[in-house]
Amino acid sequence: MLTKRIIPCLDIDNARVVKGISFVDIKDAGDPAELANYYNSEGADELVFLDITASSEKRKTMIDVVEKVSSEIFIPLTVGGGVKSVKDMGNMLNAGADKVGINSAAITNPKLIEDCSKHFGSQCVVVAIDSKKFNNGWNVFSHGGKIKTEKEALNWAKEATNLGAGELLVTSIDQDGQKSGYDIDLLKEISRNVEIPVIASGGAGKLEHFLSAINDGQADAVLAASIFHYRKFKIKEVKEFLKNNKINIRI
Amino acid sequence: MINEIITNTIMKKSNIAIVDTGSANLHSVLKACKKVGAMVSITSDEKDLYKSDGIIFPGVGSSDAVMKSIKKKNLITPINNLMKKNHPFLNICLGMQILFDSSEEGSEKGLGFIPGTVKKFSRYKKTENLKIPHMGWNSVNFKSKHMVFKGVPNETKFYFVHSYYCLPKYDENSFATTDYGIEFCSVSIKNRVIATQFHPEKSGEIGLIIYKNFIQYTVI
Repeated sequence: MLTKRIIPCLDIDNARVVKGISFVDIKDAGDPAELANYYNSEGADELVFLDITASSEKRKTMIDVVEKVSSEIFIPLTVGGGVKSVKDMGNMLNAGADKVGINSAAITNPKLIEDCSKHFGSQCVVVAIDSKKFNNGWNVFSHGGKIKTEKEALNWAKEATNLGAGELLVTSIDQDGQKSGYDIDLLKEISRNVEIPVIASGGAGKLEHFLSAINDGQADAVLAASIFHYRKFKIKEVKEFLKNNKINIRI
Repeated sequence: MINEIITNTIMKKSNIAIVDTGSANLHSVLKACKKVGAMVSITSDEKDLYKSDGIIFPGVGSSDAVMKSIKKKNLITPINNLMKKNHPFLNICLGMQILFDSSEEGSEKGLGFIPGTVKKFSRYKKTENLKIPHMGWNSVNFKSKHMVFKGVPNETKFYFVHSYYCLPKYDENSFATTDYGIEFCSVSIKNRVIATQFHPEKSGEIGLIIYKNFIQYTVI
């Protein structure tokens, strides 16, 4: 059977990994290629690079990062952050990304999802949805969680799927950084209402959180950043824990 | 292990041509070939295909787009000829699907090299709802042995991403299977054409072993 994926996420600012600490076996925690290599050897099923570079000029450095990492590491690589057009996506794919995440630009212009999936195939198009709970639903936020939009998360998930998204990266802004677990209701609501895979993001602090995102939230993959960066858990430990709890995992 | 792969690679140099299908994963395939030490180029010139020791046919996106792309480049006849004449091919993902007669995905006919059709996964199977595309790492069960899969244990997990699967008409063309709601054909072999539904170039070190083996296979 298909295994559930464990995905570390690296925040990249001007070609350097931020939030990383010096691991014992890594010389330079800021080097994306070195960290990617490390996570690969730890058993990561995919890698996500999120470009948080503020200036668009410096953003070009991301292309070099993708080029370098994809020449050395042969597992799927998703790149997101600042992708605004079909051309932007093409540049990332040509540099060696396998999938490209789009977020704010797709909210402003949903047709971008359709254009990108027609151009490159829907398997390349990951729509990232940042959402915050309100009353009976979830509001979608853009621009790194700063701007509240008119969209509601479940409806947006369905719309993005119909437009040709290949996968959804669902982040709970409420849970992000809290280490108190993923937003299970949000994940479940989206996962059972769309046919494409859902990646859970935001809130991992304990091993049980990963299990719950998969079992209760029905997520197809779980993403985490700080829990891996700060070595609270190794990817291997997460995978062994899940395997012991009867989840199909690649070890 | 990667270093081992490189040092062990091919004493005799093999010349590999990657068919320019215009697909988004051409570069990953190129990088994997380079990693295992092959002489490799991306081409849409039939002369390069004839001169090569082996051909890699990658493909992601839609089967119609891939068929239209090779039709436009007048590559259908040379590819068919080379396959019939036992030229080594490694066809990946959509590159596998276009070997069959037809696909539910589109209206373009396939190459018809392997008898059979390409069908869409059904979302509702067994007790759980399956996500489409089938995306992620899944086990491959080999029915027999082949040089290209030397050193690859049975039930090894490879990276897949696809919504359609190949259904060969004859069992002899199904070399390995994978379970996703149904047991589908994940590797098909005919003559010296090796076709994988999964992406060896995205399946870590074990995937690179397949590239290494294929490159050796082209020069024996």
